Amino acid sequence: MALQLENVTKRFGNFTAVDHLNLKIEKGTMYGFLGANGAGKTTTFRMILGLLNANEGQIAWNGKTISYATSPEIGYLPEERGLYPKMKVEEQLIFLGELRGMNKADAKRAIDQWLERFEVPQYKNKKVEELSKGNQQKIQVIAALMHDPKLLILDEPFSGLDPVNVEMLKKAIIDFRNNGATILFSSHRMDHVEELCEELSIIHKGKQIVSGSLRDVKRSFGRQNVRIRSDYDLTNLDRIRGILSVAHSVEGAVFQIEEEDVANELLTAALKEGPIRHFEIEEPSLQDIFIAKVGKEHA
Amino acid sequence: MREFWIIFKQSFITKAKAKSFFITTLIMMAAIFLLANMPKIIDTVQHVSGGDEKETLQVIDSSGMLVDRLKEQFEAGGSGIQVEASTKSEKELTDELTAKDIDSFLSVSVDEHGIIHANYTTMSLMDFSLPSRIQEALQSIQTQMKAEELSLSGTEVQTLFTPIQFDQKNVSPSAKSEEELVTAQILVYILMFVIYMSVIMYSTMIAMDVANEKSSRVMEIMISSVSPVKHMFAKVLGIGSLGILQIVIYGITGYIAFKTSATEVPGGFAEIFSLKNVSTSTLVYAAVFFILGYFLYATLAALLGSLVSRTEDVQQMIMPMTVLIVIGFIIAATGLNNPEAAYVKYTSFFPFFAPFVMFLRVGILGLPMWEPLLAIAIMLLTIFILGWFGARVYRGGVLMYGPSRSLKDIKKAIQLGKE
Repeated sequence: MALQLENVTKRFGNFTAVDHLNLKIEKGTMYGFLGANGAGKTTTFRMILGLLNANEGQIAWNGKTISYATSPEIGYLPEERGLYPKMKVEEQLIFLGELRGMNKADAKRAIDQWLERFEVPQYKNKKVEELSKGNQQKIQVIAALMHDPKLLILDEPFSGLDPVNVEMLKKAIIDFRNNGATILFSSHRMDHVEELCEELSIIHKGKQIVSGSLRDVKRSFGRQNVRIRSDYDLTNLDRIRGILSVAHSVEGAVFQIEEEDVANELLTAALKEGPIRHFEIEEPSLQDIFIAKVGKEHA
Repeated sequence: MREFWIIFKQSFITKAKAKSFFITTLIMMAAIFLLANMPKIIDTVQHVSGGDEKETLQVIDSSGMLVDRLKEQFEAGGSGIQVEASTKSEKELTDELTAKDIDSFLSVSVDEHGIIHANYTTMSLMDFSLPSRIQEALQSIQTQMKAEELSLSGTEVQTLFTPIQFDQKNVSPSAKSEEELVTAQILVYILMFVIYMSVIMYSTMIAMDVANEKSSRVMEIMISSVSPVKHMFAKVLGIGSLGILQIVIYGITGYIAFKTSATEVPGGFAEIFSLKNVSTSTLVYAAVFFILGYFLYATLAALLGSLVSRTEDVQQMIMPMTVLIVIGFIIAATGLNNPEAAYVKYTSFFPFFAPFVMFLRVGILGLPMWEPLLAIAIMLLTIFILGWFGARVYRGGVLMYGPSRSLKDIKKAIQLGKE
């Protein structure tokens, strides 16, 4: 077990930011950490990094507590840009690399490689404030990756990047995982988490409301979507028992059902109305799960 | 320790390489050179603009015997005043005066007792030196005339005016000689001002820097790799070294400037700074009080800077600190003429005022050794306490974001730092 959080609780005064959180992340895996704004993600990351102490519970990295001695093993990408606006890209990255235990020559070599990989070598001697937001994000990512960390904590890594750059960054992160790094990342973008993570957690108001492997999470959710495309009116199908919700559109309708039998009933009923063009039983998307779980709590 | 030096180096080098630092230093150096050569520059300017032309003094002499003597007197004195006998009437000259054709005129006469009566008429409100010089010249003419009347020889006249030997001696153990005192006062004033300026400047720089790192969120990266306490002290030390470097540059510039300045005006800067009268102990104390004062206020500034999340709020947050510095400086400045006053003595032990007030006392008075040492010890203790306390605030403060603008947030920061 590379990174382990056990019953971690963090309170600020009367406010409980993180409530009995359990995480187990194996070496070489990517873990998605989902939550609405203010759910406690950043507080959790800060506790893992040792910036805040937990009120209760244990946090261990390879069996040790995380301290400044282990900081060279950790790469951290904060949610907001954290760079000196007035410093030049190379100077800045050397400085941050040295703080993570690199020597200057290694830092320089790594910087050249990464700038090349992210296709921004021309910014090496530019001040950070002169760069666009997306390019600043790339520099920030380099700062988190350049010292080849074994544990990567990425808070919203894809924010502010265009689709091409998102792919570039995804590839870099996957390479890291394949080299045996442990990665924990948070995102609002469910599709990224679905694509990248083997395991995930959803936290809401400090509480862990969903956790496990992507497949288990989807199965245990117990709901599926049935998508039917037809040129005929499908409103009669709404009355079939076992339908949780329905969304009609010009093309047809999407039914959310609890049991697979209902799908057959839907198909029969739809064919009665007229020929259909498309029928599909979909797994629930993470987006659906997130909205159902977090939305329910809201209500 | 490695991280400490990396941050130290970073805060020192980025600042030292900044254009603003370079330009400020250059401007200050130029200003010092300008100041050192001021009398010479004024001279040259007067020369070029014709300000040093000989002044012509129109004299109406009703006795007819004074004009030549006055001419002789001024010529002997080499004063550059041209005496010209005027044939015009007093009324005509007054008209010329109002028409601004001439600056002033003098009418002289001798009464029946042989006493000179002189009337100096001028339009200028600020004309002080010429009338007094005329008065001096006329006085000596009168003395000569009277001596002739009494048939006294030159030596006899001189004997008559032999000045007494008057020496002042102060037996108070804390007093310095008159001459020393003036030099000390000027030197202390200048050094005090340097301490004041640099303490304000560099502590503001620290507070700004910390707030800047917070607002650019680089702080989160920093403190995830270095402990906040290490970060804070590396920063204080880094910027402190920058300050020392800058002051050393100014010091060397000043020394060279005054040594090379051709000005040899008696009683001018050059004489004061001939460095033979400057006591080394004053300079050493200046260095000590600068360094201690800096660390005291820098630690406080780092603490305060860690509480705000936007650089715009820094000024407001460090306001109480700035007020402390200004009060300390005012006490010291007023104490310059009365360094033995009770309020000066007592406040000189207060750690936040000591860098100015104790330095003033130790520079001007001959204090027993224990007094400055006690003040230094109190300051060291305060720095230690502030450092310890500041580190606790800093640890939480750097993680705090939001509209924090008051000192009440110190409590919140300590709470957060503990958790």
